[in-house]
Amino acid sequence: MIKPFSLLSRLLHWTMAILILAMLFIGVAMVSSLSDYHRLVSIHKPLGILILILVAARLANRLINPAPPLPAGMPPLLRFAAHASHWLLYGLMFALPLVGWGMLSAAGYPIALIGPFHLPAILPHDAVLYAVLRPLHTVLAFALFATFLAHLGAALMHAVVFRDGVFQSMTR
Amino acid sequence: MSQPSTDDPRYKLASILAPPQLARLGAIGATLIAATAAFAWTGGYFSPNRLDQSRMIDAFEADNGVHPGFRRNHAKGVCVDGTFDSNGAGARVSKAQVFQPGRVPVFGRFALSGGVPMVADAPTIVRSLALNFSLPDGEAWRTAMINIPVFPLKDPRAFYEQLVASRPDPKTGHPDPQALAAFVAHHPETAQAMAIIHARGFSSAFANATYNALNAFLFTSAAGVATPVRWSAEPVDAFVPAPTAADGDQNYLFESLIARVQEAPAQWHLILTIGQPGDPTDDATLPWPADRERIDAGTLSVTHITAESDGNCRDVNFDPLVLPDGIAPSDDPLLSARSAAYSTSFTRRAGEPKTPSAIQTTNQPATSQTATRP
Repeated sequence: MIKPFSLLSRLLHWTMAILILAMLFIGVAMVSSLSDYHRLVSIHKPLGILILILVAARLANRLINPAPPLPAGMPPLLRFAAHASHWLLYGLMFALPLVGWGMLSAAGYPIALIGPFHLPAILPHDAVLYAVLRPLHTVLAFALFATFLAHLGAALMHAVVFRDGVFQSMTR
Repeated sequence: MSQPSTDDPRYKLASILAPPQLARLGAIGATLIAATAAFAWTGGYFSPNRLDQSRMIDAFEADNGVHPGFRRNHAKGVCVDGTFDSNGAGARVSKAQVFQPGRVPVFGRFALSGGVPMVADAPTIVRSLALNFSLPDGEAWRTAMINIPVFPLKDPRAFYEQLVASRPDPKTGHPDPQALAAFVAHHPETAQAMAIIHARGFSSAFANATYNALNAFLFTSAAGVATPVRWSAEPVDAFVPAPTAADGDQNYLFESLIARVQEAPAQWHLILTIGQPGDPTDDATLPWPADRERIDAGTLSVTHITAESDGNCRDVNFDPLVLPDGIAPSDDPLLSARSAAYSTSFTRRAGEPKTPSAIQTTNQPATSQTATRP
């Protein structure tokens, strides 16, 4: 059997799973809604910063508490896919909030979080830069949703097809 | 025992595709398809005809043509700088920093409504004043106001229908008067609002016009009391009725504004009109009773005018929901829709090539004349 992830790792995983899925759905809804746009944007921004803080904590935790090894009999191709998709997930979890923060900075918006609390700009006010970052944010979001689907599909394969204990290492 | 060097048979394709597994594979596939469908549904991909921000801005482009680099509405404009001197009176209804006594820097933009950046100035084209109050700690207050006393359209749907009804007929190049009449016939609130707008009349210039935010907002005091407010910028310059015909000069309104500000700062009082219970906050076509309390919160001074260019007001989205702590949106459906549509307009124009704006200023602000010793 596979050793389970640490309690902190599982807590971070499932908290972020809910937050990131909510974030993706809020994002895709708000850019196509007139009536809910403002309400959703007002959640999207602070939630993005929360995810950025959590993913930084999660990376530190991952370096301190490494993931349990994959089953010994897993073929190299599947191992590679497992590792690559996880690093892709980490990369996107960092990139999306940073690009979001950066694009708001480049657009010259105040970066309001909650009440009077604002974040500083991390990039200069530059409309051309904004024009690059804004579509990049969308592309990365769709890439994250696609990676999430691959992750979900792989998790379910481990759970009901391979039945090798990998799924249980995160659910136990 | 040594580590098995061969791959576990459970990962082989033959065992994955073995008959007992097929139902499980099908269930996994169905789960992924369901997740994708839910995502696509949330993003509106199954209802391509619903009214969203892209469709709203598409309607502006269909009416006015696409003018790369320019705003899709209020396309012709000029940048301004100035100050707001708060007298502290607004602090009674809002804890926002801007209402504490003192001065904050302001920049903004005067513009004509409509999506044609080279349109000729005319007396009854709606004029706008957009402002950004730069507050401490990265906070800002943005507002986009216009010189009519009520808004003629009550919600995003009516706004869109009006854009469709105003679309120029490809044969004549002008909107079909019958389509506009049919729109007004279906929107009595628009007919009522238009009557109020015409009764008020237009002023002769940018500097002697009253600019109204029109939509209601909720102010929150330091004690936590919420108050509905509509604000306006009322000119210090006396109202002079607009002439019936344009001056003849393509840019006469902007030229007179530039000349006016060269003489001395143009000033406005920031008036907060306090709503009472029952006053409509969700319908900008309806005026509030004339006897509502008005708080003069301070004086806006426009001190410099500059042509639109890189990094100034041209590249700022005057999103009416960029609000400081102490001001929040009301239940007016136009507010969220404006925020969404302005954002789409901003994103489209940000990446487009830029051409010079219609209004160019020859004079530079006094600050650029650095004294040099001979």
